[in-house]
Amino acid sequence: MARQATDPIFGRLDWSVTPFDDFLAAPSIDEAVASAAAAAVPLGALAVIAVLTWKGLWGALWRDWLTTADHKRIGIMYIVLAGVMMLRAVAEGFVMRAHQVTALDGGVLSSEHFAQLFSTHGTIMIFFVATPLVTGLMNFAVPLQIGARDVAFPVLNQVSLALTASGAGLVMISLVIGQFGTGGWTMYPPYTSATFSPGPGVDYWVWAIGISGIGSTLAGLNIAVTIYKNRAPGMRFLRMPMFTWTALCTSIMMIYAFPALTVATAMMALDRTLGFHFFTNDLGGNMMQYANIFWMFGHPEVYIVVLPAYGVFSEVSSTFSAKRLYGYNSLVIATMAIAVISFTVWLHHFFTMGQGARVNAAFGIATMIIAVPTGVKVYDWMATMFRGRVRLSVPIIYLVGFFFLFVFGGLTGVVLANPTIDYQIHNSQFLVGHFHNVLIPGVIFGVLAGIHYWFPKAFGFRLHERTARVGACLWFAGFVFAFLPLYWLGLMGMPRRSATYDNPAFEPVMWVTAGGAAIVVAALGVTVWNFYASTRDRAALACPVGDPWDGRSLEWSVPAPPPAYNFYALPQVKSLDPWTIEKAEGAPYQPADAYEDIEMPRPTSLGVVIGGAAFAMGFAVTWWVWWLAGVSLAVIAGAVIARAFVQDTTRTIPAREVEAAHQKVLQQARQIRAVDRDDEIAPANLGHAAPEVPA
Amino acid sequence: MSGTAHPGLNLGASDARAHERSETPVFGFWVFLMSDLIIFGILFAHYIVMTDARAFGPGPAQLFDLKSVAAQTSLLLASSYTYGMASLAMKHRERIRPVALWLIVTAILGATFPGLELRDFANMIAEGGVPQRSGYLSALWALVGLHGLHVAVGLVWIAVMLALLAVRGLSNRTKTRLLLLGLYWHFLDLIWIGILSIVYLGGLA
Ligand code: HEM
Ligand SMILES: [Cu+2]
Repeated sequence: MARQATDPIFGRLDWSVTPFDDFLAAPSIDEAVASAAAAAVPLGALAVIAVLTWKGLWGALWRDWLTTADHKRIGIMYIVLAGVMMLRAVAEGFVMRAHQVTALDGGVLSSEHFAQLFSTHGTIMIFFVATPLVTGLMNFAVPLQIGARDVAFPVLNQVSLALTASGAGLVMISLVIGQFGTGGWTMYPPYTSATFSPGPGVDYWVWAIGISGIGSTLAGLNIAVTIYKNRAPGMRFLRMPMFTWTALCTSIMMIYAFPALTVATAMMALDRTLGFHFFTNDLGGNMMQYANIFWMFGHPEVYIVVLPAYGVFSEVSSTFSAKRLYGYNSLVIATMAIAVISFTVWLHHFFTMGQGARVNAAFGIATMIIAVPTGVKVYDWMATMFRGRVRLSVPIIYLVGFFFLFVFGGLTGVVLANPTIDYQIHNSQFLVGHFHNVLIPGVIFGVLAGIHYWFPKAFGFRLHERTARVGACLWFAGFVFAFLPLYWLGLMGMPRRSATYDNPAFEPVMWVTAGGAAIVVAALGVTVWNFYASTRDRAALACPVGDPWDGRSLEWSVPAPPPAYNFYALPQVKSLDPWTIEKAEGAPYQPADAYEDIEMPRPTSLGVVIGGAAFAMGFAVTWWVWWLAGVSLAVIAGAVIARAFVQDTTRTIPAREVEAAHQKVLQQARQIRAVDRDDEIAPANLGHAAPEVPA
Repeated sequence: MSGTAHPGLNLGASDARAHERSETPVFGFWVFLMSDLIIFGILFAHYIVMTDARAFGPGPAQLFDLKSVAAQTSLLLASSYTYGMASLAMKHRERIRPVALWLIVTAILGATFPGLELRDFANMIAEGGVPQRSGYLSALWALVGLHGLHVAVGLVWIAVMLALLAVRGLSNRTKTRLLLLGLYWHFLDLIWIGILSIVYLGGLA
């Protein structure tokens, strides 16, 4: 490793690191795209700053959001962060597809630029879209579902979010200052070693992923401990809603899978920055160990992000069919089985690395077995809908799309699990088709269903149903055209990550997938637009009583949005679907026998401080600005230590106040007319449900 | 849910509420340690895989000094014992002085450990055993170094606890933190026993 002498203050930063000067020096479409993307980041940031200043929202942002320790708001912030990152990553997907239309023997983008696009796209989609989306949903819903006032460690929760956000920030700033790595989302060495990729790009990846990975470990820890320790009285494990079950399994997986990522990135950092030989191809380094360690995280990760989506589908199928979930126990067992087996299949990501037929066969079989519990789940959801009072509301529409599309993706996964077949089609567009086929209909549709399902709970008004349906249909159509042709392309022999190709037969298929990508962009546009339009029309969509879908679990028993402390009095749980039972017995919305003083965490700026310092540290190491790295590390340590000395970490809400608030809410519930399911999407649905089918 | 509390967690003679309150942090910290254990587990596995990746560089025979390792082991185990004394003092004596004294003894023993370790590292460097020399040495330094780093963090933590004792006294929050630090400190012993058996004894066997 040859490190040239660098400036003691600026490290290897200088004025040549932005893409703008390259564009000025040699204008081309390639450089124009790079410069436009780079300009979008500061312009977007400026626009946000301008709006906040203009509307005078800085104080509210700081007080109510950035420093809050409220799990609901933290959950929402996770989802907003993921949404912003998704805008960028989908745009990148579209740009790649648009490029590939022109890429027969050439193409508008340079292959270097194309490589950066698939690397940032993949990195963002996995770490800063899928992961924070499910973490956000879990954060928002789990405490409400189990009758808890907050998560077990509210301040740690804030820190986890901050670490994820600082990783996302590092990926974003790489657009403007320097470049991102070109090794794909997995950044395999030795290509990404200091020898072959000496620039800052891979370091950006290492630190973005390393920092946010620690955040995810801590988030998983928090949710698991919450579920173990904070359940309301009577909420036994087998009375927990299915989403909470999947959250439990996911969070346990996060605790055990993310450390592998931490190790892989730390080793990579040592290799690159201090010249170690973990994964280099000289002096005894072993690059295969990287693949090994990375996928010990990487495979569980795909189930980490998909299990909560399964949880959403469980809630949705039973709520919108007005039926008890079919096969609850089998779903619990299937979830657990997936969580365990998913740690035993990682080798299928490198069947071709040469570990021999027997090892491959063992892992191939394990991989096929893991499809079984998922199959069980699909049947359970269908059986839940069977003969139910099914409403084709948006979440159910996503579920139906999932039935058709996800199952197809799962089946191609079983095809890939066969090592002999994998030898032929690994690293081809077939694989790209497969993983988008599970990630989009699985994770993204599941999360979209969850967002449409819980949005009214979070904000007190529903989303426009009709627009959302259009959005859902666009997602399906876009997905089908953008990704199903890839199987065909792959079987024709087109490798993944191809910046150019020389087989003219690929070109027409590329047009189809580019058209599909354009429809996906439209789908995302409609979805985002609907947030705006529904917020604008929130008076007509309001559902303050908080139970717009005739819900079954505890979160629907509190008003929308719920009070900071979630429950006026902790519920006593006697069965599965407690809220349905309460409604069926005819006595929902009752005052509690007694009210207690409630202790809630105070707001704190710890998360902002640690997140900011972590961001500065990642940036500093990437650019070899050692003094800044040292200072940032000291700030983090200092903040943690100082926190230990803070005394007033909680505030107490007196019982009187809680009781008064509850009375007001109950009165409102009594005054508002209960609507039956025929009026579910009518303005008359103010969130007071007339239960349709008893239990 | 007091029914689920573990016996033996109580921080003092009779304070059920404090007992209950320390449940969640203690359980959470256990979970954290298990997650940390995965990190060490992977580094152990990697070390074993890399045992022969020496690239003609120095190996255990040239690098390890068993006498020093034995001394380090005794120091660390002794410090765990003294930490146990601090925990007992916290639970049964309810006075700051004995707790603080045992903590200081622990810190002195604990600080000698990285002292010896650093001397070993210096000797290794003198033998040409720098981590940049081979895949094997990278794995060795990562594993042993991470443990050393943990001990250093533990020492800072002890210092912070001493300060907290001075400023806040034996409050329930301080006691809970002492409980967590205890888990951490004993956990480092466990890891060290692994290092001793696999790296040092295994390497020289
Ligand atoms: C929504 C529209 C999307 C479009 C148009 C799109 C498009 C693409 C394209 C063109 C590639 C490069 C394929 C190649 O290697 O040849 C790619 C790779 C990838 N995409 Fe997507 N994608 C989309 C959504 C997603 C989502 C939702 C996820 C995950 C949650 C995702 C995860 C990935 C990953 C992990 C890669 C691999 C990157 C690599 O090669 O390292 N994508 N995508
Ligand atoms: Cu996998």
